[in-house]
Amino acid sequence: MTIAISSLTKSFGPTAVLRGIDLSINDGELVALLGPSGSGKTTLLKIIAGLDWPDAGGLVVNGQNWLDLPAQKRRIGFVFQHYALFPHMTVRDNIAFGLSVRPRAERPGKSVIAAKVTELLALLQIPHLADRYPTQLSGGQRQRVALGRALAIEPAVLLLDEPFGALDAAIRRDLRRWLREVHQQTGSTTLFVTHDQEEAFELADRVVVMGEGRIEQIGSADQIHDRPASPFVARFMGAVVELPVTLRAGRAEAAGLDARALERRAMADGPAQLFLRPDAIALEADPASPWVLAHKSSNGAMIRASMRRADGTEVPVDLLRHSAPDLTLGTAYRLRPLTGAVFALDGIAQSDAPRPLPILKEKRQ
Amino acid sequence: MQAVATVNPNQSALAPRLLIGVAVAVTLLIVVAPLAYIFARAFAEGWRVYAANLMHPATVHAIWLTSIVALIVVPINIAFGIAAAWAIARFRFWGRGILVTAIEIPFSISPIIAGICYLLLYGRQGLLGPWLQANDLQVMFALPGIVLVTMFVTAPFVAREVLPLMQAQGSEQEQAAVTLGASGWQVFTRVTLPNIRWALLYGAVLCTARAVGEFGGVSVVSGNIRGQTNTLPLHVELLFNDLNATGAFAAASVLTLLALVALVVKAALEARRGA
Repeated sequence: MTIAISSLTKSFGPTAVLRGIDLSINDGELVALLGPSGSGKTTLLKIIAGLDWPDAGGLVVNGQNWLDLPAQKRRIGFVFQHYALFPHMTVRDNIAFGLSVRPRAERPGKSVIAAKVTELLALLQIPHLADRYPTQLSGGQRQRVALGRALAIEPAVLLLDEPFGALDAAIRRDLRRWLREVHQQTGSTTLFVTHDQEEAFELADRVVVMGEGRIEQIGSADQIHDRPASPFVARFMGAVVELPVTLRAGRAEAAGLDARALERRAMADGPAQLFLRPDAIALEADPASPWVLAHKSSNGAMIRASMRRADGTEVPVDLLRHSAPDLTLGTAYRLRPLTGAVFALDGIAQSDAPRPLPILKEKRQ
Repeated sequence: MQAVATVNPNQSALAPRLLIGVAVAVTLLIVVAPLAYIFARAFAEGWRVYAANLMHPATVHAIWLTSIVALIVVPINIAFGIAAAWAIARFRFWGRGILVTAIEIPFSISPIIAGICYLLLYGRQGLLGPWLQANDLQVMFALPGIVLVTMFVTAPFVAREVLPLMQAQGSEQEQAAVTLGASGWQVFTRVTLPNIRWALLYGAVLCTARAVGEFGGVSVVSGNIRGQTNTLPLHVELLFNDLNATGAFAAASVLTLLALVALVVKAALEARRGA
C-alpha cells in the first residue's frame, strides 16, 4: 500500500504539533519516524491510524482518501507502546480479536480463525504461550502478542508506536532483528515511531527525521549522518561540537582546524557554524594550534579526549583506543574532522524560529 | 523458611491481647448483639408466628414493593453509572468538573432533604404539581415518587466504583479494539465491560443494599399507605408503632438477611477483584 501524506497540520489548542507534513511511503517499505519527544511523530502515526484527525491536509492510501474513513474501516495494525493487550483474554483470544469482531458475513469460520492464530503464534515464536493471560507474560512476549494481534487482520499498513521503548537493551536487539524478519515475510507497509537512532537506522529502509512538527530530513543512515539537512538534524545526530568558522571557497577555516577532509560546500564566503560529532574528529600534533589536550580518559574501547582553547572553549574528541596516536597532556593538536556539516549563521537562527514554509520535500536527500 | 516474628517473645503479650479483646467486645456489643436480637425477637413466639407475620398481606406487599423498587432502580443506576464514568474518564468537556461533583451530591445530602425536594417539586402544591394533576400523573405518594427518591439516594454507587478503574486503565485498549475493526458496541461489550465487571458488580451490590434499606427520603414521599406505598423499612416502623414488636422484628429479619447476603457477595467480589 502506498501512503501519500500532503500538507498535514494539527494543533492541540495553541500548540502546533504538525506544521505541514509531506511524505510518500512506497508499497512494502519499512519506514522509521525518528525524532525527540514532542516532535509530533506519534501524532502523525495516530492520524494515519484514524485515532486522531488533522486540522488540514491529505492522507491518501492506494488512491483512497483515508480521512473519510473511520479507523475501523482502514484495516491498519496498530501496536501501542504499552501493548494495550486485553487483560481478560488469553493470548489466543487477543490475537483472534480482530477476526472475531468482523461482521457475520465477512467473519471467517471458527476453525479458520484458530488456524490463522496458530500460524501467527508460530511466526511470533510463542506457540507455548497460547493459553496464558497477558499478566503472565514478560514485556518482550507481550510485544510479540501485540504484534500478532495487529498482524491477524492482515493489515494494509502496520503502525508501531515506540515498539521497543519499554524493553531492556538485549531484548530490544533481538526483537528488532525479529521484526525485520517478520516484515520480510509479511511484506506489509510498515511505519514505526522511535526516538532511538540506532533502532531507526538498523531497522528501517528509510528514516524520516522529525523535529517540532516538521520533517527535517528523509534518508538512509549514511545520508543523515554525513549530510544532515539542518542544524536540528546535525544536533540530533550527536554533533555536539559547534565551532564558528569562516567559509572561503566552500571550505571551513579556523585556527587549529584542518577541514580538508570535508567536501567543499556551494555556499557564500563568510562566517558560518561547523557541526561535528566527537567520534568524527582526528587529532594531529601541531604546535601552532590553539587546541591543547586538557584531559583524557579511556573506557577500554574509546579514548575520550578533551581539547581546550585559551578562551575556555572545550571540544570533546572520541578516538578508537587501538588506532589513536599517543596523546600527551598539555600538547597542542589540530582538529581534523572526518565528516561534518556547515550551516550559514542565518540558517541556524532560522531553525530556532518557526519558518513560513516548513515543508522539506524528499528531494532534499 | 523462617517465620516472620511479629512479637518479641520476651515482651509481654498483654497489649495485643487487650486490644484484640476490646475490638471483639465492641463489635459484639454494637453489631452482633443487635443483629442476633432481631432474629431472637422475630422467633420469640415460634416458627409459626414468624411465618404468619411474614405471610401477612401488608408485609408481603411491602417486600414485593421494595423488590420492585430495587429492580427498577438498580438497572437504571448501573446504566447511569457506566455512562457517567465513561464520559468523565474518556472525554474532556465543559461541565465535566460539575458532573463529578454532582454525582457525589447524594452522598453528602441527608436523604430526607432529597425527599422534601421531590415533594416540593412534584407534590400537589409543588412546582410541577398542577401540571402533573392536569395530566392525571400521580408521582408523590405512589411508586414513581419512591423510585425517584431511591434513585437519587443511590445514584453515586456504581459511578463511584467504576470511575477510578476506567481512569486508571485509560483508553488504549479501546483504541486498539477500534483499529482492529470493532464497532462501538463491540468495543463496549468485549473490552470496556469485561474490564470493569467486578467493580460494576460491586457497585451494583452496594446500590441494591442501599435501595432496599432506604428509609428517610422514601418516608417523605411514600405517604405510608399500608399495602400500597409502604416499603419494607417503612413497614418495620409502622409495625413497631402498632406495638406489634414480633411482626416488626420478623420484617426486619428479612431486611437483615438481605443485607447479610449483600455483605457476603461484596466480600466475595472484593476477594475476586484483589486476585
